[in-house]
Amino acid sequence: MTALRGAPVPARIAKALRIGDPPPNLRDYEQARRAFSWERARAQLDGLPHGRGLNIAHEAVDRHAAGARADTVALRWLARTGARREISYRELGELTSRFADVLAGLGVEPGERVASLLGRVPELHVAALGTLKRGAVFSPLFSAFGPEPVRQRLALGDARVLVTTPRLYARKVAPVREQLPALRHVLLVGYPDEIAAAGEVAGGIDLRAALAAADAAWEIPPTDPGQLALLHFTSGTTGMPKGAMHVHEAVLAHWATGSLALDLHPGDVFWCTADPGWVTGTSYGIVAPLVHGVTVVVDEGELDVDRWYRILQDERVNVWYTAPTAVRMLMRAGAEVAREYDLSALRFAASVGEPLAPEAVAWGAEALGQPLHDNWWQTETGGIMIANYRAMDVKPGSMGRPLPGIEAAILRRDDEGRVLLDAGGHAVEAAAGEQGELALRPGWPSMLRGYLGEPERYARCFAGGWYCSGDLARRDADGYYWFVGRGDDVIKSAGHLIGPFEVESALLEHPAVAECGVIGVLDEVAGQVVKAFVVPAPPAEGDPALARELLGWARRRLGPAVAPREIAFVASIPKNRSGKIVRRLLRARELGLPEGDVSTLEPEPPS
Amino acid sequence: MSTTDELRTQVLEALGAIAPDADLATLSDDASLRDELDLDSMDMQGLVVGLYEATGIDVPERDYGKLDTVADTVAYLAAHRPGGQ
Repeated sequence: MTALRGAPVPARIAKALRIGDPPPNLRDYEQARRAFSWERARAQLDGLPHGRGLNIAHEAVDRHAAGARADTVALRWLARTGARREISYRELGELTSRFADVLAGLGVEPGERVASLLGRVPELHVAALGTLKRGAVFSPLFSAFGPEPVRQRLALGDARVLVTTPRLYARKVAPVREQLPALRHVLLVGYPDEIAAAGEVAGGIDLRAALAAADAAWEIPPTDPGQLALLHFTSGTTGMPKGAMHVHEAVLAHWATGSLALDLHPGDVFWCTADPGWVTGTSYGIVAPLVHGVTVVVDEGELDVDRWYRILQDERVNVWYTAPTAVRMLMRAGAEVAREYDLSALRFAASVGEPLAPEAVAWGAEALGQPLHDNWWQTETGGIMIANYRAMDVKPGSMGRPLPGIEAAILRRDDEGRVLLDAGGHAVEAAAGEQGELALRPGWPSMLRGYLGEPERYARCFAGGWYCSGDLARRDADGYYWFVGRGDDVIKSAGHLIGPFEVESALLEHPAVAECGVIGVLDEVAGQVVKAFVVPAPPAEGDPALARELLGWARRRLGPAVAPREIAFVASIPKNRSGKIVRRLLRARELGLPEGDVSTLEPEPPS
Repeated sequence: MSTTDELRTQVLEALGAIAPDADLATLSDDASLRDELDLDSMDMQGLVVGLYEATGIDVPERDYGKLDTVADTVAYLAAHRPGGQ
């Protein structure tokens, strides 16, 4: 294996534009900030005909299907088997209309939730956009979740319809189906023989047959820009997952960030490697590129070094959006592998999910011919908020500077880790170089409009007139932002947030577990992986057999994406006076750091 | 030198260690490990480490895609063991 650490990385990388490439959409950062307004972004979109509002699917599909891009390839699907399928904007317009008609026929009302549990297949795009054309709400789930996370999210989201494959249904949904009375219909994606082999699925419908029987003409109902469109689940330190609600107006931010942060141009081929179960898979795997009318590469396969380089080469990918975990795997294979391929079509490469190490930025310059461009955002922000731009120097390790239209700040925190407010109730901005909480001024179009059914949790996101991200960062004298760490106990593994409480709850259900605490521990590839500290319940003993048993138990319930990768047995779990687990002490123990003065632990307010 | 049967046992043991939830008794040699055992890319790394510890054979990142099934993995190891082919 090639070491990830190499030659020293320059503090700043200036880039030369290549002859023949289109000029960057954002040429001068300061000028672009001054010139930008959300009203001007809105003018780049069409709106529904006859002033009937604003709908994401109209901007992403129907306006192209009815216009000059009708025959442009919208989706270029690369099956795991090597098969290909191309879908034009015209065809995508028809398929999504048929999907909307299927939903209407099933009695799905505007505002009701349609969930998906799918890999990277075109039916995902059809389901997402068809749901929006119905006026219903699309909620993607991660197919590496186990039955318990799937059940929780379907129940919290009150999903009426689930779109999935027979195989995923059998593994993830069938074991919990009886606990989901509100789930009426299951649209099954697959060949007829697979669906027939699936046996009896309550409410099961062959999606292919249903689409064929549906009407290809569909008029999107009037859509208020503030109408709920997307429901994305994310995790917090405490409690169960939260459903971040996004509205149709978010498409303004998808358009603006697609232009300014990803530099999408007409005629581009764009590849976003994100899993469709997370927000990036929707905002940038579906909406932003389609709103720009470009061709989206959809690769069903998992990360495979040669396969990925071959896709970049053969599909002539111009803009690539990937994640640090993938980048680190590619780095380990060596930059020389990349040089076996012709990557000359690639104009811009970006990464999101967790901070990109300076070595990875520099690796991009060596392997791809240009540095990788890190950017930052979260489920709650709906779109990219801070970015490294094509025309701006990169400082390796920095997430870049706020998008035009976005006001960011670093706020001081109090001893309890909350944003500090002065006597007038105003937040206090940190000085240049000082660490604090990364915050955004509310009001951008893709900001979450609430957590489903949890107004208090939503209210806690805001303080002193700012949306508080929970991420710790600093800003240097040049206005570049630098990620420091999470300000809470949420674990970030392979770019995905994992709530420790969710993992602890599953482990505590095992009779051999008396107590447990879960933290993230550093991992070279995934950034962090989940580690559980367990106090065995007598007569059980903390031996390798129990560790294996608990790993299997957690994987069965939670799936590999959430389950711990490591289990350590301990005599006790540190708790504060109100009985809450002090995960900070578990982390300190893990790192061999001094645990600090534990006598200062005060009861924390209930949350 | 390991026989193919021994390699198969080692592969199943390595799989059992990273995915103790898996029912290996019913796993077909030709089933996709990612699909049937829900292995993700982190699991594949764990599998490769386990195989290295058991067999001394290091699978480079570039070849992870060749470990799609138990049969593939056994064949890969057989071809790469010292003096193998």
